[in-house]
Amino acid sequence: MTGLASRSRPEVPAPGSVGPPRRPYTLGVSTATDLDPTARARDILGVSRLTNSALTGWLHGLPGVDQVGCEARAAALSTRSIKTTSKAWAIDTAISMIDLTTLEGADTPGKVRGLATRALVPDPSDLSTPSPAAVCVYGDMVPFAREVIGDRGVNIAAVATAFPSGRASRAVKLADTRDAVENGADEIDMVIDRGAFLAGDYLSVFREIAETKEACGDARLKVIMETGELVTYDNVRRASWLSMLAGGDFIKTSTGKISPAATLPVTLVMLEAVRDWRDATGEMVGVKPAGGIRTSKDAIKFLVTVSEVAGEDWLTNEWFRFGASSLLNDLVLQRQKMTTGAYSGADYVADDAPSGY
Amino acid sequence: MPTFEYAPAPESRAVVDIASSHGLFIGGEFVEATGGKPFKTVNPATEEVLSEVSEATADDVDAAVRAARSAYTRVWSRMSGADRGKYLYRIARILQERAREFAVLETLDNGKPIKESRDVDIPLVAAHFFYHAGWADKLGYAALGENPRPLGVVGQVIPWNFPLLMLAWKVAPALACGNTVVLKPAETTPLTALLFAEVCQQAELPPGVVNIVTGAGATGQAIVDHPGIDKLAFTGSTNVGKMIARSIAGTRKKATLELGGKGANIIFDDAPVDQAVEGIVNGIFFNQGHVCCAGSRILVQENVADEVVRRLKRRLTTLRVGDPMDKNTDVGAINSRAQLTRIEELTAAGAAEGAERWDSGCELPGTGFWFRPTVFTDVSQSHRIAQEEIFGPVVSVLTFRTPGEAVAKANNTPYGLSAGIWTEKGSRILWMADQLRAGVVWANTFNKFDPTSPFGGYKESGYGREGGRHGLEAYVKTGGDQ
Repeated sequence: MTGLASRSRPEVPAPGSVGPPRRPYTLGVSTATDLDPTARARDILGVSRLTNSALTGWLHGLPGVDQVGCEARAAALSTRSIKTTSKAWAIDTAISMIDLTTLEGADTPGKVRGLATRALVPDPSDLSTPSPAAVCVYGDMVPFAREVIGDRGVNIAAVATAFPSGRASRAVKLADTRDAVENGADEIDMVIDRGAFLAGDYLSVFREIAETKEACGDARLKVIMETGELVTYDNVRRASWLSMLAGGDFIKTSTGKISPAATLPVTLVMLEAVRDWRDATGEMVGVKPAGGIRTSKDAIKFLVTVSEVAGEDWLTNEWFRFGASSLLNDLVLQRQKMTTGAYSGADYVADDAPSGY
Repeated sequence: MPTFEYAPAPESRAVVDIASSHGLFIGGEFVEATGGKPFKTVNPATEEVLSEVSEATADDVDAAVRAARSAYTRVWSRMSGADRGKYLYRIARILQERAREFAVLETLDNGKPIKESRDVDIPLVAAHFFYHAGWADKLGYAALGENPRPLGVVGQVIPWNFPLLMLAWKVAPALACGNTVVLKPAETTPLTALLFAEVCQQAELPPGVVNIVTGAGATGQAIVDHPGIDKLAFTGSTNVGKMIARSIAGTRKKATLELGGKGANIIFDDAPVDQAVEGIVNGIFFNQGHVCCAGSRILVQENVADEVVRRLKRRLTTLRVGDPMDKNTDVGAINSRAQLTRIEELTAAGAAEGAERWDSGCELPGTGFWFRPTVFTDVSQSHRIAQEEIFGPVVSVLTFRTPGEAVAKANNTPYGLSAGIWTEKGSRILWMADQLRAGVVWANTFNKFDPTSPFGGYKESGYGREGGRHGLEAYVKTGGDQ
C-alpha cells in the first residue's frame, strides 16, 4: 500500500492557459494547500471578491452534458472484453482500490473489528491477495478499527458532516469532522449540503467544503455529492468543479443511502471533470464511486472508464476508490477462480461483515 | 506499455463454415455460373483468401430475372400481404438466431470490427425485416396513394461498406410490397449475401422471390440493362449512380439511387463538448469511415475550434485500431487495396494543398489494409479533402463564425446526404435542420440508424428514400399507374 499516506502530487504538466471551454484562465498557484481556498478560488475565477454570482457564472459556464450521449459512451465502454492477464490485473487493482465500508446504525465494535481484520487479510486462503485501500466507518467507530489495523498500511476513513443527510448546522458538521480526525481517521468522507446546492447557494457549499477541509488537517477529504439527489449530469459536473475548487481531494458519488448511487455515466462525468481540472490547474483530484457496485464485472467496467477517460495516472488507489462492502467478496471469488480454474462459492470466501444481518 | 493493457479477446471464427467456392442463387437453388471468370474474396485484415465466388454473366442475370419474373407472376404478387409478412418475420427470426454467424462472417469478409457487426449491423438487419414485415399487410394504410401495388422485378446493386445491412435495406421493403428481386452484392464482400440465400431456403421462401448473383461492374451493368427489370435500387458511388441514370434514361425503369456524401458535422460553442467529440468519432471513425453519410467535414465554431481539436486528438489516441475479430477493436481494416490507395492519394493531396495533417500514430498490423485515424486542420472549402468523398477514417476540420455561415459552408458541396448539429439550443437545431440541404440531419448525435426513419440524399447524393413509410413509396405503383 505504498503511496497511500503520501500527500504529494505526481508530476503533472504545468498549468496552461487551457481552461474549461469559454472560461479560460491562467493560474499561478500550484496545489490546494498553498493558499487559503477563497483566495485560490478568486484567482481561478479571475474575480476580486468571491460571490455567489461569480460562482454561478463560472459553474454555469461549464459545457453541458448531453444525457443520451453520455449514457451511450458509458454503455460503449461497458462492452470492453477484459480477459486473462488483464482481468487478473484488474481484479487485484480493484481490490486495492476498495474502501471497505460499514455504515449502519447497528454497527458495533465487534463488527468494525471484523471488517478491519478482513481488510488486512482479504483472503486467508491466498495471502497474496492485496488489501483494500481503507476501511470506511462512522467517526465514533474509528478507534475500534485502529485497534486492529494499527499502522499496517490500510487507511481508516470516517464519514462526517452529519452523514448521510448533511442536515445540521455548520458548527455541528465541523465538530463532527474534528471528532473523527481526533479519533484517528486518515481520511474524511463529507457530504455536501444538497439543499443549498439545489437552491443555487453555491457559496455556502463552497465555504462548507473549504472549512471542512481545514478541519481535516492532514486527513484527505472526499466530498460526497450524493449524485442521486442532484439528478442531472449538468448538476454532477457543476458540483464536481465546485468541490474541486473548494479543495476536495476526492469527489465521491454517493452515501450509499440513496438510489441511484454510483452509476457508470455519473462516474464518467466526474472522471471528465478531474481530467479537465488537471488540464486547467495542474492538480490531480481523486474519484470515488460508492454504492451499488457489487460485482467484479461492474468494477472492471469502472476501471476501463478510468483508463480511457481520465487516463492511466488515475489507475491507483491514491486517485481512484470504490466505496463498497460486498464487492470485495465477488472480487476474491473471481480471483480464486482465476487461480484455481474453478468457481467455489460464497462459503469459500471469509466474510466478517455479511450484509443484511 | 499502458498500465491497463487489454489482453487479446478474439471472437471465435469456428461458428462459420465458409465453402471454398460459391455458385449463384437463382430460382431458390445454388447453380453454377455459365462461364464467367470466378474471383476470390479476401479477408482485408489478413489478405487471406476466404472463398472463390462465381462471376454472373449476362446469361446468368437473364436466368435470374426470369426466375424472379416467374415467382412474381405466379406466387409473390398474388400472395396476401399477411402471408408475405409471415415469410419476412420468419427471415427476421432466423437472422436473429444466426446473428453471431453473420457477424463473424461479415467481419471476416469486410474488415469491420466484430463489435460493430455484432452490435450494429446484424441487429439492424433483423430490425429492417421485422419492421417491413409489419407493413406487408398494411400498405393500403401507409398513405402511399390509392391501391398500392408492386412494381414487379427489382434489380438491386449494393456496396461493400455494410454488405448485409444494405441487402436488408433493399430486400425487405421490396418483398414487403410484393416485388421479387435480383440482387448483386459488391465483389469484395459477397459472402453474407450468399449466406442470406441459405436463410431464404431455410425460411422456405418461394423459389425465385430472392435471387443473388455475384460479380463486378459487368454483372451490375447486365442487371441495369436487362429489359425484364421494372425498377433499380442502387447504393454506391455517385459516378456509378450517374452511369445507371444514363443507362436507364428513356426506358420505363424506375430507380432510386443512394450515392456519395460529404456530411458536415457542425459544432457550436455551446455544444456539450465531450459528447460532441464522441459524435465526431462516431461520425467519421465508425466503420473505418466507410460510410456514405459519414461526418467527414467538421464545421466548428472558431472560438472553440482549438479546444475541440485538442479534445478530439486526445480521444483518438484511445481508439484501438487492429484485428477486427478482437472484441476490443474500435477501428478495423480498410476494405480493399483499391480503397486504401484512394484514401492515401486523397490524404496526400490534402497535405500537399497545405492542410495540417495529424494522425494518432498507433501501430498497424503488418499484413492487410490499414489506415490510421487522421485529422486535417486548417482546411478550406477549396481543398480537395473538403470537397471529395474520401470514404476512409479521415476528417477535415473547418471553422465558421455564425450560424448562417455554418449553413452556407455545410451546403456548399455537390452532395447532400447527412449533417449533424451540436448545440444545447433547441431552437437553433430546428432552424438549422430547416436550412440544411441534407437528407438526414442528426441533432446532438450522429450515425444513428433506424428502420422507421427514411434515409436518402439531396443533389449528387441521389434520390429516393429508404426506410420508414417513405421508403415504401419506391416499391409500389398507385392509382392508375401501369
